[in-house]
Amino acid sequence: MKLITAVVKPFKLDDVKEALETYGVHGLTVSEVNGYGRQKGHTEVYRGAEYTVDFVPKVRIEIVVDDADASGVVGVIVKAANTGQIGDGKVWVTPVEDIVRVRTGERGPDAL
Amino acid sequence: MGDGYYSWMIVATALVLMMTTPALAFFYGGMTRTKSTLNMMMMSFSAMGAVGIVFVLWGWSIGWGADGIGNGNGKLISSPANTFGLLHVSSSNYIFVLFQMTFAVITVALISGSIADRVKMSSWIVFSVLWVTLVYVVIAHNVWGGGWFYSHFPNLDYAGGTVVHINAGVAGGILALVIGRRAGWPRNPGKPHNVTLTMLGAGLLWFGWYGFNVGSIVFTPNDKWDAIGGCDGDTTCQLMTQFTHETGVTFMNTTLATMAAMLAWLLVERVLRGKATSLGAASGVVAGLVAITPSCGSVNTLGAICVGAIAGAVCAVAIGLKYKLGLDDSLDVVGVHLTGGIIGALLIGFFGTVKSPQGIDDLFPSGDGGLFYGGNANLLWHQFLGVAFTVVWCGVVTLIIAYLIKVTIGWRVTSDAEVEGIDVNEHGESAYDWGTSAPTGAVASHVGAGASV
Repeated sequence: MKLITAVVKPFKLDDVKEALETYGVHGLTVSEVNGYGRQKGHTEVYRGAEYTVDFVPKVRIEIVVDDADASGVVGVIVKAANTGQIGDGKVWVTPVEDIVRVRTGERGPDAL
Repeated sequence: MGDGYYSWMIVATALVLMMTTPALAFFYGGMTRTKSTLNMMMMSFSAMGAVGIVFVLWGWSIGWGADGIGNGNGKLISSPANTFGLLHVSSSNYIFVLFQMTFAVITVALISGSIADRVKMSSWIVFSVLWVTLVYVVIAHNVWGGGWFYSHFPNLDYAGGTVVHINAGVAGGILALVIGRRAGWPRNPGKPHNVTLTMLGAGLLWFGWYGFNVGSIVFTPNDKWDAIGGCDGDTTCQLMTQFTHETGVTFMNTTLATMAAMLAWLLVERVLRGKATSLGAASGVVAGLVAITPSCGSVNTLGAICVGAIAGAVCAVAIGLKYKLGLDDSLDVVGVHLTGGIIGALLIGFFGTVKSPQGIDDLFPSGDGGLFYGGNANLLWHQFLGVAFTVVWCGVVTLIIAYLIKVTIGWRVTSDAEVEGIDVNEHGESAYDWGTSAPTGAVASHVGAGASV
């Protein structure tokens, strides 16, 4: 099994979610994060004092899938989240050792 | 005087009370960090309690000392024993005592803006009691209560440019000096956490200020009001004439000066720093209100617009000075209240006109108008003296009080407590119950007055 982690622009979340549903992925976890890569932050001014805000708000999506589905899901996310502008984000894949469904106790691929 | 006026005074008093709680609490609270919001609001709330009670015990007695609006004893102070606990004060005069009390309360609350994030609640309350006793009511007595200073050097101060704003501004500056900077200032100046609260506070302050300014009318029936109202010697008619005319003028001036100041501040920001901000609009509103406070009864409509515009523009620049001086006047009590108060008081020397209500009231010292209205520098000189007396008395006595507290009970919370957050350490509370804590990543990279240009 694989954990797919995607950091994308917040306003792209709906597009990514819909594309995943269409593809057949029906569960995911979303968190609000801050970060920066090549996209710079911005400057705010309060009564003449400048504050540089380095971080940019992003959304992190996490999905656990079967090995066979991993590259397909990555492709769906990348296509849906793309705008062509700096700051579109990144998607990466890490291995998952085990997974358990809390309600029933099923383990492994049965719990996906 | 009449039930219309009395009813108005009940409303005006409640309006000024609202200016401290919650208006000022919101205005200041929104500008602090989340970890110290409650403490900033508590300094306003606790001032309401401590100053209010002290005021009826001996404050009224020292400042006014009689069963009325002033006893003109020509002395530096009135005895605190005269009307201790409002002894001998008729309950028909309570509303006037309360009106003055709300002014004392907000003056003290204003000072708290300069000492964000770092002062113990106990020290603040002790300071409040000492300061209102030794500074506020003494100045009030000498500007409004017929004390020594006014009987020798009369000047025009309709609703408290000197007594409230210059007073609070000087005290705030002195405290910032004696108490010292916040941890990490100015590299980490602490971004306002909720400008919406500040805007809400500014709007409520504007609303309440009508009670503050328009409620400060003092009745002086005379031949001029008689002529204006066609009263034929009838005193009641003269009083009514003054009431309608004077409240109209002070309300109008208060409104226009504030509008002009807000626009002027926004313009200065746009030109000097590239963006007109909402914090600038809120600050411009307050700067205009501060400047028109002493002058609303002595200038005309155009004069009010000029006073507001000048105050808004100058204060927008003045707030940057603290960085050059290394003074952590956290929420710009000096930059807005001291500066705006001085501007308003001195501009009377330029824009004051004897055709204004205070001119008709025969209150212009030596009867001369301001430099732009057919007068000479005499009025400006009197205004300057009023400013100077306030600055000197307040400066010296506040310095003494501040040092006394510093060497006895101390002012500051520990530096660990300050960094962790004064709310959780002084009050055992958090202003906001975040589900998760998300980093905002805001770090000050550059701090300066318009130096980004």
